[in-house]
Amino acid sequence: MAEHLLEVRNLSVEFHTAAGVVKAVRNISYHLDRGETLAILGESGSGKSVSSSAIMNLIDMPPGRISAGEILLDGVDLLTMPANQRREVNGRRIAMIFQDPLSHLNPVYTIGWQIREALTTHGTASAQARAEALRLLTRVGIPEPEHALGKYPHEFSGGQRQRVMIAMALALRPDLLIADEPTTALDVTVQAEVLALLEELQQETGMAVLIITHDLGVVAEIADRVVVMEKGELVEAGTVREVYRNPQHPYTRKLIAAAPGKGEMHEPAARTAPVLSVRDVRKRYGAFEALKGVSFDLMPGETMAVVGESGSGKSTLARILLRLDEPDAGSAHWKGRDLFTLSPGELYKLRRDLQMVFQDPTQSLNPRMTVYQLVSETWIIHPDILPKAKWRERVAELLVQVGLGPEHMGRYPHQFSGGQRQRIAIARALALEPQLIICDEAVSALDVSVQAQVIALLDKLRREMGIAFIFIAHDLPVVRDFADHVMVMRKGNVVEFGTVRAVFETPREDYTRALLAAGLDPDPDVQAAHRAARLQRAS
Amino acid sequence: MIPPPDSPEGAMLRFIRKRAVASLISLVGLIVMVFFLSRLTGDPAALFLPVEASAEMKAQFRELHGLNDPLLVQFARYVGDVVTGDFGESLRKARPALDVVLEAFTWTLWLALVTMTLVTGAAIVVGSLAAFRAGGFFDRLSSVISLLGASVPDFWVAIVAIVVFSVNLAWLPTSGTGSLLHWILPISVLFIRPFGIIVQVVRGSMIGALSSAYVKTARAKGVKSGPIIFVHALRNAMLPVITVIGDQAASLLNGAVIIETIFGFPGVGKLMIDSILQRDFNVVLAAILVTALAIFLMNLLIDLAYALLDPRIRH
Repeated sequence: MAEHLLEVRNLSVEFHTAAGVVKAVRNISYHLDRGETLAILGESGSGKSVSSSAIMNLIDMPPGRISAGEILLDGVDLLTMPANQRREVNGRRIAMIFQDPLSHLNPVYTIGWQIREALTTHGTASAQARAEALRLLTRVGIPEPEHALGKYPHEFSGGQRQRVMIAMALALRPDLLIADEPTTALDVTVQAEVLALLEELQQETGMAVLIITHDLGVVAEIADRVVVMEKGELVEAGTVREVYRNPQHPYTRKLIAAAPGKGEMHEPAARTAPVLSVRDVRKRYGAFEALKGVSFDLMPGETMAVVGESGSGKSTLARILLRLDEPDAGSAHWKGRDLFTLSPGELYKLRRDLQMVFQDPTQSLNPRMTVYQLVSETWIIHPDILPKAKWRERVAELLVQVGLGPEHMGRYPHQFSGGQRQRIAIARALALEPQLIICDEAVSALDVSVQAQVIALLDKLRREMGIAFIFIAHDLPVVRDFADHVMVMRKGNVVEFGTVRAVFETPREDYTRALLAAGLDPDPDVQAAHRAARLQRAS
Repeated sequence: MIPPPDSPEGAMLRFIRKRAVASLISLVGLIVMVFFLSRLTGDPAALFLPVEASAEMKAQFRELHGLNDPLLVQFARYVGDVVTGDFGESLRKARPALDVVLEAFTWTLWLALVTMTLVTGAAIVVGSLAAFRAGGFFDRLSSVISLLGASVPDFWVAIVAIVVFSVNLAWLPTSGTGSLLHWILPISVLFIRPFGIIVQVVRGSMIGALSSAYVKTARAKGVKSGPIIFVHALRNAMLPVITVIGDQAASLLNGAVIIETIFGFPGVGKLMIDSILQRDFNVVLAAILVTALAIFLMNLLIDLAYALLDPRIRH
């Protein structure tokens, strides 16, 4: 019998919680061979991370329990191995990298120490570990590796931290690398670099890679085969091309259909009198220049997307437009009045027109308030909008408008899913009947299928109520489906501004082209073509 | 050689200098306050002299100490005295007040140092192990013990301890100093409350650290449980613990008044109470400023410990 490197057989994992037993993973089986890349694709709550934690013996028991199954590494069951031997497997045979490298690196030790520890834990002599750590850092492309060994995690950028994690994981040349959403928190260009590095290292060492992701683009870019998980069950398995071209399970079909970036692009109407006119906004934090003179016009009922990578100044711009932060210079005329010179009293009245929806609805909704209180709170602050007798009726209307129901009024935020919470946040913004809503990464924390629904909702509100949107995002396919105009920002400057079609189809600037090229397409064939083009440019 | 400003040593020096200046301001504030307290609460002559002093003696005292001069002149003289360490004579002991205070303070310092060293070591081990198996038998046992320790009144424990160990069993002396045996009861009794409090803090802080993402990484690397608890988690968990250790140590340095009195231990707390009762005001002033200086130095040490433990604070 041909043996696989890793074989998961009929694995079931359950968690004993106050609310009863949760079956996180139900009877799943998959296998992985040397040199192969398998992707586990699924949305939040699908159990995709639990199965990999089981392989790494990282499930806390209790409350977790592996109720059935085997995990075979070269034919030996990891679940029945004595604890000592089991621990030796981690780091030496199987290694793991995680989504958020900042919190997964110990903040109080140098990265040199942490890489050396991976080696010395499994018996490498400390002098040799030192030389090896330097070699690894050099290999993963950290600049000035000698100097970098003595630095702490917080002194690196997000992409560099993930490179450090990779160096640490690969220290002992493991047979299997598990990567749990390794590029989710990274900018698109950095994501592309990190994935390329993983692939190079895989070719060098011949290791197998198990990548856990929610992103079809990542699957298309890096994986050979994919298994799809939904609610703890494995619903589909096959090669990436097979699954994308010919999905069998309805859930897989739904996932593929929900992937953004395939719809019709908007054709904005001719630009007339702007409702918001921003000129030369500047902001500096100490020595750091966050905004270096940003200007744009926004038409009534228009959606302008602001795209850019971290540090581009896009969130600072949002905060300044709402006067959550004060600008150093510039003007922003809203219907002829400069937002930046308004007195607190005038600003207070104007707040009704301008609302914001934040990235993380879990944090932006007060957990101790009911939906009714959350939505109606603004009317306490602006009592002239609606007499109290009508509040209940209006909250019900708003909830229906965002795709929830009147019966949800008495519930608390934790009783809803992430997508539903973002709908509550939108209902709250709508309560003041605003004319401009600024969405700061409002859909990036949501699952793909939910993301599509929320975008559809925002688009409907724009059409029906004529609300203008400033839509801040790093995710280009979402922008492509939703925006009229796109403003590309980089390091506090506007790099390019144009209609969505112009920016996506005929970008003028190199940076825009680089951003578009780095974005991952869910279609494996399109992605393969992108890759070929990229390799050609590189050589 | 001064390290360049962007080196870690430079950042560290800058950090310490900044913290030292900040604490120095409070120290200066205290010196000013002590002066005005002794001048504005009535006639200093009445304050400094025994109750039975005659009017002539008071007049003479005022003349001698320049109390008839303008307040600012007096203040300048007072600052000069403080800076040169001259607090005048102890009225009761006929020795320089500073000498009296330093002698007592040395006793208190040793008592605090030994107690806090034992407390810190024991609390870290017990709290960490309790956190490692949170909810387990050891955790519940240590919770009960530490809660008792934090809430039981120490004067009562002191008296019971004297009754049991000194009177009934006759193993240990009841009070005074002289041999190592004399230290056992005061240290044991002083140990209880800070131990109870610090165990709780260590436990809570360690539970957070042990469930953190970097501990998960360490487990994925195959690191053993020992180093995971005492190398990876503990150093991260120590920041809030150090704050509490500082608070507890400060209250011991202030003089454990009741315990020192019960055990007849010649520390600064007992000295301060005695001096207030005997109206030996020079000694009281010197004691206040010496303990304040000690607490100032200790806070500086704590800031230094923060910076040593967490590189992010240095920047």
